[in-house]
Amino acid sequence: MVKLLSSVAVMALMIGSAQGPAFAQEKLKIGVVTTLSGPAAVLGQQLRNGLQLAIKDNGGKLGGREVELFVQDDELKPDVAVSKAKALIDRDKVDFVVGPIFSNILVAIMKPVTEGGAFLISPNAGTSNFAGKDCNPHFFVTSYQNDQNHEVMGKYAQDSGVKKAFIMAPNYPAGKDSLAGFKRFFKGEVADEVYVPLGQLDYSAELSRIAASGADAIFVFLPGGMGVNFVKQFRQAGLADKVKFLSAFTVDESTLPAQKEAALGFFGGANWAPDLNTPQNKKFVESYKKEHGGAIPATYAFQAYDAGLLIDGALKATGGKTDNKDALRAALEKAPFTSLRGNFKFGTNHYPVQDFYQVKVVQVGDKFATSIDKKVFTDYTDPHAKDCKMK
Amino acid sequence: MSLNRRTEALPIAIFLVLALAPVAASFGAETYLLGLFTRVMIYGIAALALDFLCGYGGLVSFGHAAFVGIGAYTAAIFGAHGVSEIAITLPVALIVSALFAYLTGTVCLRTKSVYFIMITLAFGQMIYFVAGSLSPYGGDDGLTLPLRSTLFGFPILENDRALYYAVLAFLLGSYLLLRAIVASRFGRVFRGSKENPTRMATIGFDVFRYQRVAYVIAGCIGGLAGFLLANATEFVSPSYMSWQRSGELIIMVLFGGIGTLHGAIVGAAAFLLLEDMLGGVTENWKLIFGPMLVLIVLFARGGLLGLASSIKERLSRG
Amino acid sequence: MSFTLLIVQTLNGLQFGVLLFLIAAGLTLVFGVMDFINLAHGVQYMLGAYLAVMFYALTGNFLIALVAALGAALLFGLLLEFTVFRHLYDRDHLEQVIATFGIILFLNQGVKVVWGAAPLSLPIPEILSGTVVLSPGILYPVWRLMIIGSGLAVALILYLLVSRTRVGMLVRAGATHAPIVSALGVDIRRLFMIVFGFGTMLAAFAGVMIAPILSVEPGMGDSVLILAFVVIVIGGIGSMRGAFIAALLIGLVDTLGRSFAIDILRLVMPPSPARTVGPAIASMLIYVLMALVLYFRPAGLFPAKGR
Repeated sequence: MVKLLSSVAVMALMIGSAQGPAFAQEKLKIGVVTTLSGPAAVLGQQLRNGLQLAIKDNGGKLGGREVELFVQDDELKPDVAVSKAKALIDRDKVDFVVGPIFSNILVAIMKPVTEGGAFLISPNAGTSNFAGKDCNPHFFVTSYQNDQNHEVMGKYAQDSGVKKAFIMAPNYPAGKDSLAGFKRFFKGEVADEVYVPLGQLDYSAELSRIAASGADAIFVFLPGGMGVNFVKQFRQAGLADKVKFLSAFTVDESTLPAQKEAALGFFGGANWAPDLNTPQNKKFVESYKKEHGGAIPATYAFQAYDAGLLIDGALKATGGKTDNKDALRAALEKAPFTSLRGNFKFGTNHYPVQDFYQVKVVQVGDKFATSIDKKVFTDYTDPHAKDCKMK
Repeated sequence: MSLNRRTEALPIAIFLVLALAPVAASFGAETYLLGLFTRVMIYGIAALALDFLCGYGGLVSFGHAAFVGIGAYTAAIFGAHGVSEIAITLPVALIVSALFAYLTGTVCLRTKSVYFIMITLAFGQMIYFVAGSLSPYGGDDGLTLPLRSTLFGFPILENDRALYYAVLAFLLGSYLLLRAIVASRFGRVFRGSKENPTRMATIGFDVFRYQRVAYVIAGCIGGLAGFLLANATEFVSPSYMSWQRSGELIIMVLFGGIGTLHGAIVGAAAFLLLEDMLGGVTENWKLIFGPMLVLIVLFARGGLLGLASSIKERLSRG
Repeated sequence: MSFTLLIVQTLNGLQFGVLLFLIAAGLTLVFGVMDFINLAHGVQYMLGAYLAVMFYALTGNFLIALVAALGAALLFGLLLEFTVFRHLYDRDHLEQVIATFGIILFLNQGVKVVWGAAPLSLPIPEILSGTVVLSPGILYPVWRLMIIGSGLAVALILYLLVSRTRVGMLVRAGATHAPIVSALGVDIRRLFMIVFGFGTMLAAFAGVMIAPILSVEPGMGDSVLILAFVVIVIGGIGSMRGAFIAALLIGLVDTLGRSFAIDILRLVMPPSPARTVGPAIASMLIYVLMALVLYFRPAGLFPAKGR
């Protein structure tokens, strides 16, 4: 009986805390679903930091309202993410959910968030299905469609006269989209197309194949720790001087602190770099560095910052009101904010129409960062937008 | 097995709490709390089956999440082809789980103790990689169910509360079934195979066959849990059957108190609720949760139930 | 699928194999002698790598960092043994699993709090950072050869220790007849502590050696731990020889499987499905191998007698 009573007490306690303090009523509630445990936590932290910074730079307000953030760790487990997303919608009554980093989490939380009446704003994951046939009126993306950065590299490889390319990605849907995106623009010979298990750490077997293949360039999509390992091993195998290194999500500010010199001169495709020359961006990078002990922000932070600005702009347009969802959606669609990247608008599928660059790893003082090398696409709409039925 | 009133009080209390929880939840964040407790019960079902294997038969499976995954994927793959009728999908899920259990059990049960742990892990990993390579069904990303299962065409599970009570009914059913099995003649032989397999064999029982039947039963119940999990989250992914998940199931069983059946439900509840609550307190909740596991092992033999009964004993003595 | 490529891949497989051996050796000793399942063995490997990165940042010298990291890892391992593990030796296997799993959770999160979530790296010592030419156009990093060499050296030393010294004799006896060894008046606790400390250092050594190749990050020990368990189970628990052979077997099967699975599949199916099915089959190979070995030899390849 004691057990019964105590369980009821626990339940009551949870419900009590669920309702939340009454004085928080006027605050704007924003939920964040991001990965904060496991090796990928470094990306998730960038996301959270970027959004927090946007709020801080706005004096703790977005759209004129004080903000209350609810940060949830998805642990990179889809079912945990679903549960946390439901908690955000139902317990915390958030109006916006910002996140996640990973595509599989996005697929999992889409239904609970958008059907729960909140707007989902992805500052990173942008899968092809939600850009095309499954596009959703309550879903906005401030990053890119996943294929695009790979297409940038494909276009660059084609334009710069690469003859034979060795391409490699993890064996999961985004990996396949990646190589498909590269090949959409690269028309030269593909020496080999290799899929490695997600999370593979040692690339000795693949490096030997690259050396044996006689390719004059490689294109890889190896996010996070995979990229750190591959870049170091690629350099160690003595291939860096012989084979041109093209990549997406493999050399960026989240991985460069570990890759260091090993990645110098390597190329990536991106929609942004810390040295992108807009006044807002300069301010953002300085502000981020100051806040986080000199660390240079990565795309994840910048896109989350833009997500904050998007919410701010849309709410200003509705006078801070979130109850009329149609009005709020219409406001969001106009993208009423100045993106850190300059040119920015939403396509009909709520994915950005933006410029893309080829970026190169350079040394900045004692740190390493990507730097804009060349613009590859201007006002580029993703290839799946045509499958979206939204107008 | 003497079942006096005191041993009955706890399971009854557990099911009463679970039955009344939705009423309490309706005063708060209903769908969230219902969802959380639905998940608790689903993992409770899976942990029950594992407790049946470990606690009564000494068969520690480190691949039990495979069955959860098989059940979940059956529901999702049928769903992707437009079939969501429980009367079709659930039996198929159970049959596939049983088949997998029968085949792998035939191999695994040749080994003992830690070798059994590792060979079940091996099969769990194999099925995990198979799921990850199913690119038509989302590969590593997993896939979303178009809708929850229907019963004779009626979408009764779309209502969260209906789903909750359906899961509760399955939990109660699994619990009663396993209890009946444990108390039966079959159960006595199965338990005997843990204590002294040689003796059981000498008195004429084919221990291997008993263990295999038990393994198939546990596999089916694991598959049932997976089927329900797919319906609850409306999403499946290979991560449902990773070895970490199998490990978590073992921890749930130990957490509550091994070899009691209802302990597995308490363990699943404690594990998932702690994960949820500590996660809300601090990002570094594992810094608290990890040492807690160590302390439970060092100072609470027999899991939470063991801890509760030893406290009770001390109180009544002092 | 040229001959040189096969040689290179065999070297890669060997390198992976000796790395697994370094980790599995400690695990199988602790398991065999003390009948203790230590899941926290993988975090010792992670800790070795982190400590080396830290000491390298302080001193700038790889050798000093290596020695200091090994020393610190040993101290930490003994601390864990003293505070937690020693109370678990006479417990059920399952209780050992849950307690050591708790330690994994704590330490994985702990290193993240201390060193941050971002991956770290350790540079290769300058003189060993080059490559050797195996055949025209095919280079091989010296550091990987270094790992193979040092792993084989450790294997030799272990073999001599176990077969030629008194402690080694006790270890062998302990693996098969622990109660009798204890009854004969050997201080079994002290023996345990020596074995445990040694195993810890081997895991940390593996972590330091691999740190220049792999990124040093929280949770890096988890997947390696599972592979190390596969190794000791295939080899036969408590058997050093078994662990060595199984480690090389796993290293070779995994590496060669990954690099040639697709080519072999292409012979029987179109290239596009082969590319998708290949990696899945390659990932599965070691588990298939383990299942096969255990089916035919339920106590591993070299079962220690008496268990």
